[in-house]
Amino acid sequence: MRRSDLGEFEEVVLLAVAALSPKAYSVMIAEELERETGNSVSTGAVHAALQRLEQKGYLTSQLGEATAERGGRRKRLFTVTALGGRVLSDVRAVRNRLWDRIIPNIRLEWS
Amino acid sequence: MSPPRLADRFLTWFCAPHLREEVLGDLHERYVLRVQQLGEARARRRYWRDVLAYVHPEFIRRKPSQFPSPTTTTMLRNYLKIAFRTLAKHKGYSAINIVGLSVGMAVALLIGLWLWDELSFDQYHTHYNRIAQVKQHLVNNGEVQTWNTTPYPLAEELRQHYGSDFKHVVLGREEGDHILSVGNEKFTQRGMYFEPQITDMLSLKMVKGSRNGLKEPGSILLAESVAKAFFGDADPINKLMKIDNRMAVKVTGVYEDLPRNTTFHEITFMAPWSLYYNNTEWVRNTPDPWRPNAFVIFAQLNESADFETVSAKIKDAKLNRISSELARKKPAIFLHPMSQWHLYSEFKNGVNVGGKIQYVWLFGIIGGFVLLLACINFMNLSTARSEKRAKEVGIRKAVGSVRTQLIYQFFLESLLVVFFSLILALFWVQLLLPAFNHVADKEVRVLWSNPIFWSACLGFSLLTGLVAGSYPAFYLSSFQPVKILKGARLQAGRWATVPRKMLVVVQFTVSVTLIVGTIIVFRQIQFAQNRPIGYDTNGLVVVPTISADVHNHVDAVKRELLQTGTVLNVAEAATPPTEVWNSSSAFDWKDKDPTLSVDFPVVGASYDYGKTIGWKLAEGRDFSRDFLTDSSAVILNEAAVKFMGLRNPVGETIRWYDQPYKVIGVVNDVVINSPYEQVKPTIFHLSTEPGSTILLKLNPHSSAGDALERIETVFKKFNPSQPFDYTFVDEEFARKFGNEQRIGTLASFFAVLAIFISCLGLFGLASFIAEQRTKEIGVRKVLGASVTSLWRLLSVDFIVLVIISCVIATPVAYYFLEEWLQKFTYHTSISWWVFAASSLGALAITLLTVSFQAIKAALMNPVKSLRSE
Repeated sequence: MRRSDLGEFEEVVLLAVAALSPKAYSVMIAEELERETGNSVSTGAVHAALQRLEQKGYLTSQLGEATAERGGRRKRLFTVTALGGRVLSDVRAVRNRLWDRIIPNIRLEWS
Repeated sequence: MSPPRLADRFLTWFCAPHLREEVLGDLHERYVLRVQQLGEARARRRYWRDVLAYVHPEFIRRKPSQFPSPTTTTMLRNYLKIAFRTLAKHKGYSAINIVGLSVGMAVALLIGLWLWDELSFDQYHTHYNRIAQVKQHLVNNGEVQTWNTTPYPLAEELRQHYGSDFKHVVLGREEGDHILSVGNEKFTQRGMYFEPQITDMLSLKMVKGSRNGLKEPGSILLAESVAKAFFGDADPINKLMKIDNRMAVKVTGVYEDLPRNTTFHEITFMAPWSLYYNNTEWVRNTPDPWRPNAFVIFAQLNESADFETVSAKIKDAKLNRISSELARKKPAIFLHPMSQWHLYSEFKNGVNVGGKIQYVWLFGIIGGFVLLLACINFMNLSTARSEKRAKEVGIRKAVGSVRTQLIYQFFLESLLVVFFSLILALFWVQLLLPAFNHVADKEVRVLWSNPIFWSACLGFSLLTGLVAGSYPAFYLSSFQPVKILKGARLQAGRWATVPRKMLVVVQFTVSVTLIVGTIIVFRQIQFAQNRPIGYDTNGLVVVPTISADVHNHVDAVKRELLQTGTVLNVAEAATPPTEVWNSSSAFDWKDKDPTLSVDFPVVGASYDYGKTIGWKLAEGRDFSRDFLTDSSAVILNEAAVKFMGLRNPVGETIRWYDQPYKVIGVVNDVVINSPYEQVKPTIFHLSTEPGSTILLKLNPHSSAGDALERIETVFKKFNPSQPFDYTFVDEEFARKFGNEQRIGTLASFFAVLAIFISCLGLFGLASFIAEQRTKEIGVRKVLGASVTSLWRLLSVDFIVLVIISCVIATPVAYYFLEEWLQKFTYHTSISWWVFAASSLGALAITLLTVSFQAIKAALMNPVKSLRSE
């Protein structure tokens, strides 16, 4: 498995989908990311990332219900696939291993 | 509260359809959130930014169709097959459509070719844009007359004093018939005497010899056809010939025949001016060479000069050189460019008033209208019929046709019909061209190898096809299949038929106008033909005499001719009775207003002239051998008496070149020139010089063929050098109506076609409407409607339309024809019955056309029409 095909933004979006499941769709994700990072995030960017992730097989989607504020339009709900989940945990494992190797003193200096 | 509409519209435009729903939903949902958090103004701004964030290939790229896409040719083949099937299924409609359109196209093509020919007149010459004829305006009793002929010293004057503007100035003698002979072989040919530079000016294409040919004094240039007639395949160069049996010349060149659409196309030989000058006594010995206006001058300008400024410069070139007596006419010299010779040849009061150009416009407009009528038909029929195909559209859509496919299909069908029509039209043109050339007196050919011709044809076909096909293509293909297949009637609305009705009104307006025009043109010709012409053209024959042989033995010729028993009277005359070549200004009489400048046509005639042509004396007597003094006597026509203001003309003395002439008689006005104009004051005198024609009055009891044979033997005996030739005066006179007759014939031809096309369209529409209302008619019949009431029901709509057309056409036709008639001094009046008759005619034809369909529909058995559901 190549891990290089998961960009940083994509990784965050994938994580957000996993966190917001089963109500993960672009508006929710964009709002969530804005709240978490403090930067403005457009639904367009999120949507594009979601599409790419779906193409790569990390996500699946189906159309959900329509609401009034959407003008009666349906939303597309995303869920993480098993493959997506594994990629996420792989990435996390790599990070964890690296984190664990950081000398505690240095960590103290940062904080 | 809702997000910016424009942004939404922009997004809907660029975003792929399959993503539109979720994307728009997301945007709107977020907008609502933003309004709560940030307020409406900022939310709107953010909304735009968000929309722009979607401008990305992933959102723009359309999803590939889930249906298999067949190759283009497969579908094209299918469209073609369907198109052929629809054509074959409705043979009647297809025939009406194709024939109607092809006739219209053929007319437009013919007129287009004719226009091309007219507009390219004289363009054979390379220096077309730089050549002009030198002409003059003369003032005659306050009226400015324009002369094509000038005195010959003017050419030298122009060369010497205004030479910087001219590349060539070429003097010539007006074209005329001459006898060319080689040994015993003789032909009468039309030719001109020119100064040598003419060959360069007209850019003659030399077949043999060089363009310098005319520089030798005794030379002649022949047209290729004449050279062939004389010498066959032998080399004509340096062969000897004679002109008019007296001037020996040597062939120094042969040039390609000038094409029919050039001014000089009738000229078949050119000889040097010096030859003419040296051999013509009256020109050499004329006391004042500036007096006779008998020569033509052509000029080619230098590159830098333009016609207007040079015209202004040379205006007084003649005035500065002439005697005070001639100067009274205030001659103003000007240049008439070659590009205007043919189409803008008429001058009125010194101003160019057009000429043939008005026929170019007239026929251009007629051609355009006939074509328009045909296109209207085509559109009317195809739109009317396409409504019947709504079901087909429904089915096609239900089984998966995409809209673009339907659009292609309808366009292809209409294009197919148009191209069939084009092919048929080309066929008609090829078929009709000889007849058309005959009527129009032209040599028009189809420009098969001209790319402009082809691109015009194809471009026009494409345009018609697309315009006519656009209604079914765009309107019908937009139907929703559910509605159509459920059987909902097409709700066309009451305005849907308005354009169609308007088109029918346009068609009939044009047709009625053309009918009225045709009737008026023929009435005008009739009117002028019925005018009393003052003499009897029946059995009157003119034999031209070029050499003096006949004149020298005129008494013997006369005796022998009378002896044959086929000739009643013989006279010699300077001109044939249908033309006048001489006119003179040197007349004076008692009480003449000294400011009056005159120009009388003068006819020199022999004894018996009056008896031969059969004029009627109003007063006095004819020339007679009993009075020796008649050699200085004149006969005036009534117009001359009126012009001179003579109370008791007979016995008066008038002076001509200061010689006294006694008026011995007055004749009723004889129409010599145009039968549409007033008769000019004319003077007849007894001439002893060789005339150019012999007039013969045939015995009405002998057959013309037999008489001419006997006459020929007499002429051959006395004038062996000249080929025997003759013309009948009544034919010559009829030729004066040629132009108007031609217009009349062509206009009637187009009027008939316009009516035909309009009726064809009406026929199609009527049958379509009858078919559409089959059920209604069935129900009405069951409820007891009579055939007459049904017939009225179906016809009245069309009748109303035609009546509206007649009301529009009447003032339009009146306006144009009144203007046309004003051109003629002697013209008929437009009476109301012409309009009434044309309108009634149009109504009658309409009724006939529509009634056929109406009665057919009304007679149908209602059981059949009502059972079908």
